[in-house]
Amino acid sequence: MTAAPTSAVAVAVALGALGGAIGLQAAKDHAYPRADTARTRVLYVRSPAAMKRVTFGFEALTADVYWIRAIQHYGGDRLDKGGATGARRYELLYPLLDIATSLDPYFNIAYRFGAIFLGEPYPGGPGRPDLAVTLLRKGIAAMPHKWEYYHDIAFVYYWRLHDYKAAGEWFQRAASQPNAPNWLPAVAASMVSRSNDRATARFMWQQLLQSEQAWVRRNAERSLLQLEALDQIDQLQAIVARAGPSAGAYSWAALVGRGVLRGVPADPAGTPYTLDPFSGHVGVSSTSSLFPMPAEPARQQ
Amino acid sequence: MRAISIVAVNVFRESVRDRVLYNLVIFALLLIGASYVLGQLTAGQDVKIIKDLGLAATSLFGLFIAIFIGIGLVSKEVERRSIYALLAKPVTRGQFIGGKYAGLALTLTVNVAAMTIGLYLVLGYMGWTETAAMKASWEAPAADPALLKAIVLITIELMLVTAIALFFSTFSTPILSAALTFGLYIAGRFNADLKNLDQVVTSRTTIWIARAVYHVLPDFSAFDVKTEVVHGLPVAPGYVAATAAYGALYIVALLVCATLIFSRRDFK
Repeated sequence: MTAAPTSAVAVAVALGALGGAIGLQAAKDHAYPRADTARTRVLYVRSPAAMKRVTFGFEALTADVYWIRAIQHYGGDRLDKGGATGARRYELLYPLLDIATSLDPYFNIAYRFGAIFLGEPYPGGPGRPDLAVTLLRKGIAAMPHKWEYYHDIAFVYYWRLHDYKAAGEWFQRAASQPNAPNWLPAVAASMVSRSNDRATARFMWQQLLQSEQAWVRRNAERSLLQLEALDQIDQLQAIVARAGPSAGAYSWAALVGRGVLRGVPADPAGTPYTLDPFSGHVGVSSTSSLFPMPAEPARQQ
Repeated sequence: MRAISIVAVNVFRESVRDRVLYNLVIFALLLIGASYVLGQLTAGQDVKIIKDLGLAATSLFGLFIAIFIGIGLVSKEVERRSIYALLAKPVTRGQFIGGKYAGLALTLTVNVAAMTIGLYLVLGYMGWTETAAMKASWEAPAADPALLKAIVLITIELMLVTAIALFFSTFSTPILSAALTFGLYIAGRFNADLKNLDQVVTSRTTIWIARAVYHVLPDFSAFDVKTEVVHGLPVAPGYVAATAAYGALYIVALLVCATLIFSRRDFK
C-alpha cells in the first residue's frame, strides 16, 4: 500500500473509533444516568486563607471560578425550590462568596450579590441576613469608602431584619461617604424619625431601579411588584371582609358570582391571589414569581 | 554585540521551529471560547473575567515557556556537543549567555505582544457589542489601556524567570534546573511572609535571617498588579518603573553570575 491510502485508512479508523466512542458514551449516559449534581455541591477547600496560598498569584482568576460556582449554586437551589427532600438550602452560597471575595477583595458584585441573595428568605434564598451583613462588612474592610456597601447593610437591616434604628445608622454612614447620592440623608432621617413605611420602601427600591447592574434592577423590579401586591392585598382584604363568607366559606368564585368582583384577582406577576376559605386571608400563591413575599416592614401608624 | 544578536536570533528561530508559538493558537481559542460561554454564566462579569483570564493565561503560558525553554538553553548545547563548535567561533562565553538570554527574551516578548493584541481585540469586540447601560456598570473600560501596566510587569517577571532558569542551567541538569526555578518562583511569590515573620516569632536571629532571605529572594508578588488594573484601581507609574528597575537589576545580577559560572566550566 502506498503512503496516501495508508494515511486515509488510518484517519478513517481514528474517526470511526472516535465516533464510536462518542455514540457509546451518549448511549451509556441514556441507559445509566449519572448523578453529577451531587458532585458539584462539594467544596473541598473551605478556608479562604488556604485557597489564597495554593493559587500562586492567580487569585483573581480563581475568584472568578468561585463566583461562577456561587451563581450556579444559588440558581440551582433556587430553581430546585428546596428539592424533593428540602435538603437544598444554599449551604455553600456563603462559603463560595467568602472565598471569592477573599481571593479578590475588590470583587464588587460578589459583595452586593451576597447582600441581596443571602438575605432572601427561604426558599428564594438561604434567609441569612446576618451573613449578608458579615459579607458586606468584609467589603467595607477592603473598600472603606464604597457607600454602596453601607447602603446595602442598611437595606438588610431595614428590609430583612426590621431593625430600623440600625438601618438609620447605616444609611447615615452611607450618606457620609464620598460620592454618596444626595437622597441618602433623607432616607436616613426617615428611618430614624418615622421607623418606616411602605412609601419609604418603594422609594428605596426605585433608587435601586436606577442601578447600573442589571441584576440589581431586576431584583428592584420584583420587589416593587411585591410592594404593589401588598397594596392590592390590603384592598382585596377589605373587600373580602366587607362581603363576608358565602355558605360559611370564602371563595373567589362566590365573590365573582355575587358581583363583588369582576373576576378572580391576579397579582402583578399575573398569578391569581389565594383566598383561604376559612379565615378569608388573601395571599400570594406559592406558584407566583413574587413568592415568597417579604415580611412587611412595620407600617406607619 | 553582533555575536550576541546572532545567538539571540538563532534562539528565536529555534523556538519558532520548536512550535513554541503554537501556544498563541490555544490562547486565542481560550479567549474567544471563554468570551462566548462566560456571558451565560457570570451575571454580567464577563469582561472582568476575560481580563482575568487573558492576564493569567499570558502569565502562565509565558512562565512555562520561560522555564521549560530556559532550562535547556545551555544544557541542550552541551548535550548535543554543539557547544564545542560554538565556542570555537569568535564568541565569548559571556556573549553566548547574553545571546541565549536575549533570544528567549525576544521569544517571550513576541509571545506576550501577540497575546496582548489578541486580548485587546476580544475586549474591544465585547466593548463594541455591549449596551451603554452595561458599559456604565463596568469598573473600567473593556479595552482599558491600564491593562498594559500589568502586561509590562508580567513581561519583566517572565524575563526574570528566564534569567533564573538560564542561571541554573549553566551548572545543573534540566530536571534539577526546572525544579529549582519553580521552587524559587514559588518562594518568591510568598516572599512577603518572610518580611512579616517578626509578627509570629520573637527570636532576633530568626527575624534577621528571614529579612535577609526576603531581600535576596526575587519578590515575584511585586510584579502582580493584575487585580488592581482589572478593577480600574490606580497603579502609580512610579511603582511600575521601580518594579521594572528592580527586575532589571536582578536580571543583570543573575546573568553576570551565570556568565561567571559558565566561564569556569571545563568542556574538555
